Order: sequence, then structure tokens, then C-alpha cells
Amino acid sequence: MNAPPKAIAGASTFVDDRIGAGNFLKRNLRKIFPDHWSFLLGEIALYSFVILLLTGTFLTFWFKPGMAEVTYTGNYAPLYGVKMSEAYASALNISFDVRGGLLMRQIHHWAALLFVGGMTVHMLRIFFTGAYRKPRELNWIIGILLLSLALLEGLTGYSLPDDLLSGAGLRITQGVAQSIPIVGTYVSFFLFGGEYPGHDVISRFYSIHILLIPGILLALVSAHMILMWVQKHTQMPGKNRTDKNVVGAPFYPAFMIKSGAFFLFTFGVIALLGTFAQINPIWLFGPYTPADISAGSQPDWYMGFLEGALRLMPSWEINFLDHTVTFSVLIPALVPLGLVMTGLALYPFLEQWVTGDRREHHIADRPRNNPHRTAIGISGMTFYGILWLLGANDELSANFHLDLYSTTWFGRFAIFIGPAIAYWITYRMCIGLQRKDAEVLSHGVESGVIKRMPNGQYIEVHTPPAEDIAEHIRGKQEIPMLESAEDGEGIPPKGARSALGRLRLKMSQAYGTDRVPLTDGHHEEGHEEEHAGVGAGDRKELH
Amino acid sequence: MIGTGISVNSITARRRHPLARVAVVALALGLLGGGYALTAPNGSTADAAIASGKADDVAQGKSLFVAHCASCHGLNAEGTKKAPTLIGVGAAAVNFQVSSGRMPAADAGPQAPRKPRAEWATDQAVDQLAAYVQSLGGGPTVPSAEQVDPAKGDPAKGGELFRANCIQCHNFVGAGGALTYGKYAPPLNPATPTQIYEAMATGPQAMPVFNDSTITPEQKRDMIAYITHVRSQVDPGGSGLGRIGPVTEGLVAWVVGLSLLILASIWITAKKRRAA
Repeated sequence: MNAPPKAIAGASTFVDDRIGAGNFLKRNLRKIFPDHWSFLLGEIALYSFVILLLTGTFLTFWFKPGMAEVTYTGNYAPLYGVKMSEAYASALNISFDVRGGLLMRQIHHWAALLFVGGMTVHMLRIFFTGAYRKPRELNWIIGILLLSLALLEGLTGYSLPDDLLSGAGLRITQGVAQSIPIVGTYVSFFLFGGEYPGHDVISRFYSIHILLIPGILLALVSAHMILMWVQKHTQMPGKNRTDKNVVGAPFYPAFMIKSGAFFLFTFGVIALLGTFAQINPIWLFGPYTPADISAGSQPDWYMGFLEGALRLMPSWEINFLDHTVTFSVLIPALVPLGLVMTGLALYPFLEQWVTGDRREHHIADRPRNNPHRTAIGISGMTFYGILWLLGANDELSANFHLDLYSTTWFGRFAIFIGPAIAYWITYRMCIGLQRKDAEVLSHGVESGVIKRMPNGQYIEVHTPPAEDIAEHIRGKQEIPMLESAEDGEGIPPKGARSALGRLRLKMSQAYGTDRVPLTDGHHEEGHEEEHAGVGAGDRKELH
Repeated sequence: MIGTGISVNSITARRRHPLARVAVVALALGLLGGGYALTAPNGSTADAAIASGKADDVAQGKSLFVAHCASCHGLNAEGTKKAPTLIGVGAAAVNFQVSSGRMPAADAGPQAPRKPRAEWATDQAVDQLAAYVQSLGGGPTVPSAEQVDPAKGDPAKGGELFRANCIQCHNFVGAGGALTYGKYAPPLNPATPTQIYEAMATGPQAMPVFNDSTITPEQKRDMIAYITHVRSQVDPGGSGLGRIGPVTEGLVAWVVGLSLLILASIWITAKKRRAA
């Protein structure tokens, strides 16, 4: 019964006879993967990355990362005879003179947007299900590194074609570099090889974009996958699922086929976007000169929250010991990114510190079952979302006839109030959903059958929930709390005597207290009649 | 009716339909009325007289001005609290504002929007009004057809000027952009070459003036060549997504790309493996 399928047996024998790794293959090709739609989200990023590597390689065959001035003599008439950098001319050449070049450029760019998008939704899934908990904290941190590097990779790639839009992004990058106290000017000169824009930045970004960061990404992606493989995938709570097993389909053939099909889906969606939706039309932007700037200059979506932060920030600037400190650039550039990335990286450890939970977890939490975590997550998403939205406030203002300054002032308040409201609403929603779960377990599911009692009262008959749903709900785990009991003389435990310790204890109790404990069946008197069964069929009587 | 798939019998049957007479009469009336509307002289005899140059354009313009403009701009175009003086704005300003429907203004918003022309504002009426305002104190005149002919301009040179002078408000393809306090730089797509020229020469509303010493008439023509060329260009990469840059691209990436992929992941995992 446990014998591997013929395809695996044959292949592993072949390998075993030659390099002695047959057992390794046999074991790993039968690796069990749990099945849930949200477990495929990371693959969007993985497969987009594969497409990025392939199309990116194609683009390097023709792209010239130089800033020397050339006169354009290619096929795009409205730029004929215009002086521009080699980089921009070669990017135009790829778009208009290389066969398939425009399609490849567009696929590359769409894949980049979906790469970061896939990482984002994958990360949110991990966060909200608590899949970052022990023993997966390191893989979580690798994920945060991957996301940060992807942002940097996107930034450098966006700058390469040296069109007017990319130049606007480069100028902001330089502004951020300059705003760093004390070393800012030096950093800027070092990065650009002299006065902005200089002649070096494109070739430097090129090396970073096609060699350095992809290399690190590839290494980290491999580590990410190997760790996932070794630690096994988390699974959703359900029947017969414990922290000690994995219930699902084997890698070969079931998961392999699903995963392969999902690659084709990803490729298909990106190819369709690349074919039918124009992205980054560099010929419309024109070549970069530091003197020009266009209305509606925007970064790609994943940098939008930084753009929004910059737009919301009041123009604070101080002069300290003859040095100008530009808070209006420094704060929006560093604080939101720092808050989001550092917060994410530290969250598993903060949660452990608050709950005192040192156990291993292989069963994912349903978001509702950890209301504070879910509320913190949604609150963070609101913070990010408001910044993101207001990064586009000029387009919102132009297309929806809003007053530009009103959007800015709205954002300045919403960025503080919004996350708080989101926290409260999410928390209440989680509690509400837990109550619903408890009701389903104790009370059953509405059957749609109305019954008239002898005394004239009408009741709706409830039936017990389906077994898989009931088991899914029963998979709720308690959130551990720190020991808080005072000893006989009223002295609190050792850790809780300092101010920090008291705070920790308080947070632990807030975080861990289960407000809606599940009870199977319910024992209140006087409700029995509501559950009168109908017939002896599959609707069972419930108490 | 060979080859059309309609049998003669069915036509005969329809001819005898009780409603057939009504239909025939309606058709005849429609043709007659429509034909008259197309061929009839649309305008009064006074317009015909003006067209043949018998009436004085300035005098006609003055009467139009008094009827349609004076309530805000003053009886002698001297300006009031509501609207500025028009002495010295020139014929080009009048032509731009009235031919694009911005004037007469509908209400006092932050900016008068482009809208369909007022009914009385025929090309002729606009010319007369322009002649009257021109007679008050000079100013930029309406450009000749040759001055705004895109075919005579150099789009590449125009593009460089366009990028240096226009796109910071109007966006890189003239899709428009936001300004402060509810004002905005309108999209350039509906503007005629003459209107584009006049806008540069007169600086309407929030727009600065680009006079002939800042940007020569030839350069203006180059810019018109670039603007009209780019706006009529078919997007080579598929749908242009409004040509407003990365905002709509990001929206499409999430709303179309990621949504489709998430649906695919739900679909792929929807079918559960049966227990062996």
C-alpha cells in the first residue's frame, strides 16, 4: 500500500544505481502537501520570479546600460533626432525594433508587479494564520528579506530605461539619500559618481539589478523553499490534523500537477496582461533630463506607500549646527518602511514574548481565533493602504474632481485615526465570527424547516454541522498566557514585578484571553424543544 | 428573394400587416422632415448678410457681447467684481474661451470647465465677438490655419518643448493633471490645434502665458504637431490604460492579475482528493 508509484520507483532506481540518491528521491517525491487555496499564493511570486529571470535575460541581450549621449534614429518618429542616453535609446530599440521586444518588456514589467503582489498576499496569509510561529520564524525573516530586496530590485529596474518617469524616481531616491543627516551628501555623490545625475548610476543600477539582487534573491528563494520542505507545510485545522502529522496529497503526482498547472495559470495571466495592457510606455515619457517633470509621475505600486508618505508629510526642516535636517523627506522615507518591515520581522518574537509560547505550531490559526493578531494585521494594512492611496492623490484629484489639498489633509488625519478604527472593527468582527462558530457547534445549523409546536409556537429546526466543518471549528487553539497568579503572600511572579513586566503581563492577558470558549452542545435548560428532531432520517436530535 | 433567405411570401404577408400603413406614413414623414432639416438654410437672413460681409463685425460683436458677456465683464468690457477686464486680452483669448465652451461660464467654480458651446456661439458669432474685443485694446490674434497646421511642424522638436514646458501640469501625453484648490490642467485631447495655440498665447485660467518671445510661433506649431501626433497614436502595447502612468497599471495588476490568479488557486484546490 505504501509502495511508491512506478514512475517514482523507476526513476529513483536509475538515480540510485548511479549517484546513490534513490532513497532521497523516493522519500521526497512522496512528500505530503496540505491542500488549501491560500497555500498557493506564494507560488504566484515564485513563478513570476521564474518569468522575470527568463524575460530579463532576453532584455539584457539588447539593453545598453550607458549614459553617453546619442541621437535617436530608430523607428519611433516623434523622437527621431532627439538626443538621449544610450540606455533610453536601447530601451526604445527593444520596444520598436527588436522582434518581440515590446512584448518581453511588458511581460517583464507585469511579472514584476505580480511578483511583489504575490509576495504581499502570501505574506498576509502567513501573518493572519500565524504560520510564522515556531519553528518557522527564520523562514519568515527570509521572507521579509525577500520582500525588501524585491522592492530594491523594482526600484533599480524602474530606473534603468532612463526615461523621464524613471528619472523622477531616481531624483526622489537621490533626495532621500541627501536627507540622511551628516553623510547624506557623501552618499549621494558616492551613488551617482559625482553631481546628480552623473554618468554612472545606470550602469551601477544595472549590475545591481541583473546580478547582485537576483543572485541574492535566488539564494534566499532556495533557502525559503528548502526550509519549507524540511519543516513541512502548515495545515489548516480539520479532522485528524494535528501538530504531529500532515494531511494532504503527495508531491508526486497530485501536488506536482496542481503546482505545474498553477505555473501555467500564472504565466497565462502575465502573458495576457503583457499582450493586451500597455505598461510603462517609455516612448511617451521621453528621455530624462533633470529639468523636466511630468504631472502624474508615480512609482510602481509597491513604492506607492512611500510616495504617499512623502506627499502627506508637512514640510518640516530644521537647521542644526549649520546642517540642514530635512525631516520632510527623512521621516516619510524611513519611518513607514521601517515600521512595516521591522514590525513584520519582529512580530513572531514579540508575540512569543507576550504569550510566553515556546511550543511548535504546525496547525495554522484561523484569523478569527486570534483577534488581536488579526486586528493588528488589518490595522497595519490600513496604515499601508492609506499611504498607498494617497500616493496617487493627484490622479484621484484630477479624475474624481477632489480638491488636492483636501486629500492631503484627509490623509494626515486618516493615517492615525484609520488604523485605530480598523483595529476596533476587526477585533469586534473576529469576536462575532467566533460567536458564530460557537453557535454552530452548540446550536447546529439552520435547517430551513419550520416546526409548529403543540402550544402554537413556531421554531426552526437546527441540524448538527457537517463533520468537516465542525472539526475545522474545533481546531481552535487556545492562546497561551503568562503565569500571573500571585503567590500566597500576594507577591506577583518574578517576571511581573517591573513596570515592563507588568505591561507584558497585561498585554499577555489581553492577547490570550479566550472571550468565546467553544462548548459542544449546550446545556442551558429550557431550550430543549428548539432542537426537536424531524423524523429519524439524517437530521439527528441535538441537545 | 434568392440567396437572402427571405421568402417573397413573407414580404407579401408583412405588406398586408395592419400596421403596415402606419409604418409607411411614418417613414415618409421621417424622410421628408429629415431631408428638410439637412438642406434648409439654418440661420436667419441677418447671418447671411454678415457672412457676405455686409454688416460690421465689430458692431455685431458688440451686440453679442452686451447680450452674453456684459453681465459679468461689464458693458464696456471694463471688468467687474465677478470677472476681469477684457481690454487687451485679444481675439485669441475670446476665440479660445468661447469656442471651447468655457465662456460664458456656467457658475463660479474654481475653474470654468470645457463644455459644449452655447447655442448662439457659431463660428461666425465667435469671430465677431473676437473682433469686438480685439478692437478694444489689441492683444494676441487668432492664428492662421497655416500657423497651426500639424503637418508643417516638427513633432520631435515639439516634443522636447512640450516636455520642458507643458507636462508638469498636463501630463506626459496631455492627459491632464491636478492643480491646487480644485483647479486642474485639462486634458489636451479635445482641444483643436487653434485652441492649443491660443491657450499658449493667452494663458487662460491657471495657465501661464507663453508669448512669441518665449516660444516662437514656429515652435508652437512644432508642439501642436507633437501633441496631435501622440494623441492620435494607437498604443502599440495594447490598451493604454488611460495613459496616466503607473497608477492604473498597479490597479490592473491587483484587480485583474492577482484576482485572476487567486481565483485560479481557489479553483485548483477546490476539488478535494478522495480518501483512498
